[in-house]
Amino acid sequence: MNEMTRPLPAEITAPALEAVALTKRFGAFTALDSVSIKLRPGSVHALLGENGAGKSTLVKCVMGFYRPDDGAVLVNNHEVVIGDPRAAQTHGLGMVYQHFTLVPRMTVLENLVMARASVPAVIDWAAERAALAAFLATMPFRIDIDAPVAALAAGDKQKAEIVKQLYLKARILILDEPTSVLTPDEADETLGLIRAMALAGRLTVLIITHKFREVMAFADDVTVLRRGKLAGTGSVAAHTPDSLARLMIGESAIAAPAARDGAPTNEVRLAVAGLRADDESGMPALRGVDLQVHAREIVGVAGVSGNGQVELVQVLAGQRTATGGSLRVHGELYAADRADIRRHKVHCLPEEPLRNACVPGMSVAENMAFRCFDEAPLARGGWWLDLAAMRRAARDLIARYRVKTTGPEAPIATLSGGNVQRAVLARELSRDVDVLIAANPVFGLDFAAVADIHAQIVEARNRGTAVLLVSEDLDELLELSDRLVVMSRGVIVHETTPAAADLTVIGRCMAGH
Amino acid sequence: MDDGSLGWWGVPLAVLAGAIRISTPFLFVSLGECLTEKSGRINLGLEGTLVMGAMTAYAVSYGSGDPWLGVLAAGLAGTAFGALHASICGLERVNDIAVGIALMLLGTGLAFFLGKPFIQPQAPQLPAISFGWWSGSAQVRSALQVNALFLVGLALAPLLLWGLRNTRWGMVLRIVGESAEAARAMGYKINQVRLLATACGGFLAGVGGSFLSLHYPGSWNERLSSGQGITAVALVIFARWDPMLCVWASLLFGGASALGPALQSVGVTQGYYLFNAAPYVLTLAIMIATSSSRHRLAGAPAELSVTR
Repeated sequence: MNEMTRPLPAEITAPALEAVALTKRFGAFTALDSVSIKLRPGSVHALLGENGAGKSTLVKCVMGFYRPDDGAVLVNNHEVVIGDPRAAQTHGLGMVYQHFTLVPRMTVLENLVMARASVPAVIDWAAERAALAAFLATMPFRIDIDAPVAALAAGDKQKAEIVKQLYLKARILILDEPTSVLTPDEADETLGLIRAMALAGRLTVLIITHKFREVMAFADDVTVLRRGKLAGTGSVAAHTPDSLARLMIGESAIAAPAARDGAPTNEVRLAVAGLRADDESGMPALRGVDLQVHAREIVGVAGVSGNGQVELVQVLAGQRTATGGSLRVHGELYAADRADIRRHKVHCLPEEPLRNACVPGMSVAENMAFRCFDEAPLARGGWWLDLAAMRRAARDLIARYRVKTTGPEAPIATLSGGNVQRAVLARELSRDVDVLIAANPVFGLDFAAVADIHAQIVEARNRGTAVLLVSEDLDELLELSDRLVVMSRGVIVHETTPAAADLTVIGRCMAGH
Repeated sequence: MDDGSLGWWGVPLAVLAGAIRISTPFLFVSLGECLTEKSGRINLGLEGTLVMGAMTAYAVSYGSGDPWLGVLAAGLAGTAFGALHASICGLERVNDIAVGIALMLLGTGLAFFLGKPFIQPQAPQLPAISFGWWSGSAQVRSALQVNALFLVGLALAPLLLWGLRNTRWGMVLRIVGESAEAARAMGYKINQVRLLATACGGFLAGVGGSFLSLHYPGSWNERLSSGQGITAVALVIFARWDPMLCVWASLLFGGASALGPALQSVGVTQGYYLFNAAPYVLTLAIMIATSSSRHRLAGAPAELSVTR
């Protein structure tokens, strides 16, 4: 699939892009240390690296968001000065961000026209519509230009973002983790189309990713960054996933996932029956979810984001009211209020923990005490708080869970993402837990933190906890789950075990086919 | 039927006349606020802008003898207030609602202070167009005395609606109000857009104020505004940020306001104060009937701090 010495297409209209010895410092910290990268015209180049390796810094320097302290950017071997993203656009550079940048409540047509550098004072929508339709006819992408962006599936949104850049005459396309919100099928389709355009000589592409499969299948060349430095570069054909992984993480050791201990029991801990709930805008998000989790079992919930997973976790965590169906824990109806949470020992690792599980301005010690601040030994009589005891308890948890903080008194918002997650983990797992709800618990964390948190979750399972793990990362689910269910459009559409899992079937279920 | 007395027919006529007369300040302030809120910012200071506009219009009309010059001056005073609101809100970590309340107090206070000398004299009033020439009834004729400003406001609403959809400026305004992130990615300057939107909103609110002092009630005193500015801000939410619905909401509010006096004039004195509360009761009832606790208000600009 990856022709190392693929002859360059006969007719190349795409330019070459080169960054030479780019250096970017933030204060004393060097985020990017003399990194060079060369994109051949009409090629697909993958940029690999862990979180914090400098990938974003590199492309932001190229796109003009940051001014590099040193180094140069060359388009077609001519040095260019890119002071802001608009200047990047005039040099034919276009970037598709990880998060969508289209206005959700406007149509694709409105979004695309308004993104242009020059828009007439009075817009003739009929003419613009005809012009865009004609432009789309020359592109391999098919999207409904009259649909509001909010109504598009994630895959179509991503296509719309790409089409927008092409419509703005981008000839060098930079994609930041373009497939993180797509199903495997959608990802393959989108990347396939991009690659076809590169093969035809119409585009030069840089893909930032952490998915080896996509690098091996769709890229011609690869550059790996590690801690702000160039770790390796070259043709994809010269690499294997293993060699890329070594370049990416260096020689540091990774904790192996804790061994599974014992099989799931027959005791149903958490039973969700016919659960219905509405989303933020009042549209039904859960349309009858049936789900059971046994003691000493991890049930993984796979699905493309936006198919009801967020609402499911919110209902279980008591953040959202269900409109129908029932929740049972230990066979009893569960109202997700504080009394029930305590009685049934239901704990939660929500996504975006700083927003969903912490009060950012309060101290680490206070945040760690949220579950038990009004009980002995942290409180006398249920109302007189013993702050010294709270600090002692926090110090103990900080040490046990290796939370990096300046002390228990530091506001939790000052901690890094991984350490906020560790602090929440310490609070949620250090006590007896009967049911654990975890949603994307390692999102955005580095290798070491991921392995650590995975080990903690498996350990909790081994102690007899029923774990519901909602994740957008299929690899994580396959690694941790005892049982795997797929959620699509607010219902569970498929159930399997990791051992018997068929990726094609799962992908199709995720896409809602 | 005697000339000048329509009996019970006077009630719907008075409500219609009230809808036209009382609604005008609501219409202008709500259209202005609609424009401001579409850009993702809320300006609660429009009550102050309205009173300031009323004072300025009266003073300039008195001084120059031309009421239309007064309207223009009121609009410019409103523009200044809007620009002040927007430039303070453009600073880091400033809350638009708090700034709005401060400017509401500043506007009314400043207007009372500067307007002291204008309480007694009579300034030239805005002309009204008579649509009741065909009727022999004095009541009908007086009810159909329509002020030119009302017609301007009526024409402005569809123009705004069209502009928000079909012009570059309208689209940019909506993008900034819907997604600051997207606007930034497209290279639009968010603070600048909001400054213009708030200044334009202030202009319209100032013009709305000029109607109070130059047509109905038609004089300048400290009790001129009974919270029309702040009510109009609420009307925008009521109208779901749609300029055309702002027209209907203003008419409904104006008509309901006229209900109490109209009933009193035909001899229904029972529950006079209750009928005076009709617009508020009506608004409350419609808000409750059309809102839901479970989801966001449909049509609300996504960047608006009160709906986030």
